[in-house]
Parts: sequence; structure tokens; C-alpha cells
Amino acid sequence: MKKLVPVVELKLPILPNMELIATQTAEVIANHMDLSEEQSGEISMALIEACINAFEHSKTENNVFIHFLIEEDSLIVKVIDQGIGFDKTKVEIPKIENKIGKNERKRGWGLQLIQALMDSVEFESNGEGTTVTMKKNIKN
Amino acid sequence: MNGFIKSTKEINQIVIIETDGYLNNEGGIAISTICYEKIDMGQTKFLINMAGTKVVNSIGVSILIEIIEKLQEVDGKIGYYNLAPIVSKTFNIMGLTKYSTVFETEDEAVNGL
Repeated sequence: MKKLVPVVELKLPILPNMELIATQTAEVIANHMDLSEEQSGEISMALIEACINAFEHSKTENNVFIHFLIEEDSLIVKVIDQGIGFDKTKVEIPKIENKIGKNERKRGWGLQLIQALMDSVEFESNGEGTTVTMKKNIKN
Repeated sequence: MNGFIKSTKEINQIVIIETDGYLNNEGGIAISTICYEKIDMGQTKFLINMAGTKVVNSIGVSILIEIIEKLQEVDGKIGYYNLAPIVSKTFNIMGLTKYSTVFETEDEAVNGL
């Protein structure tokens, strides 16, 4: 019989700093899974950025849902919004050299941080919403 | 002084700002407000003591990039110390360490900036 994967689910309203509720939950789960402090910090930072993207760019007032799937060898975090979606191919990879001393917007680092901090990241997006699926493998 | 700015002081003509809590948009603006006021008064060297800031987001850190840019106009410098490992890693990923310096301790920062 297949073992059920424990899942923790959060529903966040789009209000200032609600992403910190997600990071507090992530810390509890990381402790439960015996993840290192480094891994826990990386998951929290990636989660903050994914939540902020969902809050800011989904252009909706609907709640954002977060699912933590506690697998034997990894933690999978899904951040799900019901917004207008986005085209990842149109998101430029930011470089600080292109931002400093030029009349460029300094923001826009979320996706790069998420990809740098997690072991794998997938984006599914259409006109009805976006799901970001982030995976952190457990190091032995 | 708002809740995010715990204290400010000066050592060897370096303005030292101690933060406490989440470096988000509001936190970034709180830091930049002090820096810009001090720059207008002729100060060019700044250190941020981030011992009390364990969590940041990219919006708050982007405001530090704006401060770096402003300091380039006056040949100034900014550095940080007492960073949590994930904050240090975030600064590296975003490239702040190419234009500003991360130190371990206040002594090292004051002597090294």
C-alpha cells in the first residue's frame, strides 16, 4: 500500500507581510524533517519571494494557497495563486551591473532567488492562475 | 526612530545603523531615509548592523541597491555586518557584494570600510 504523503496547507489573504506566516510554518516543517539551518533559511527565503510574486503580480484579491508536501527525501512547496498568470520567458534575468548607475528599476529579483535557493523549480501559469512548485532535497 | 531602526551612531565618521526585524519595503525605506539625510549632511560612509534582521525580502534589499547607487555619486561606501547566513547568501545572489562589503564584526567593519 502506498504511503500517504503528509501535506500542510495554508490559505493566505493578500495583506502586508503575510509571507511571514508561510516562513514560520516552513520553519516548523524543516525542524520536523531535521533539515539544516542553511536549508531551512533557503526554503524560507524562496517562499517569501514566491509569496510576494503571488501577492504583487497576480492582480487579484483572491487568497494565495501554500501546500507543503513532506516526502521522505524532499520537501515540496507549492505556491498557488488565482491571478492573471505570467509568461516566464518574458521575465528578464536581472544583473546588478545593469541596474546600478542606470535608470533601471532596482526590483525584479524574485525568480532568480527562488531558482538559486531551491533544488528544482517549476512554473505552471495560465489566465486562471500560477502554481510555483519548489523542491528542496534532503541532504544526508 | 521607527521600530525597524534600533539605533544609529557614528564611529570614525562612519554612520552605523542597527536594524531590528524584517527588511522589507518599509525597512529599506527606513534605512534609505537615514542614509539620504546623512549624505545631504556630507556623510559618505555607512555600515548596517543586521544582527537583529534574520529575514529579508528582495524588495527591501533592492532599496540597498538604490543607496549604493546614490553613494557612488558622492564617492561613498556602504558595508554590512552581523549578517545571518541566508541574508549573506541573498546579498551574494543579488550581487550586492560586488559593490559593497560584508564584514563579520563591527571592529572589522569600522577598520575595513
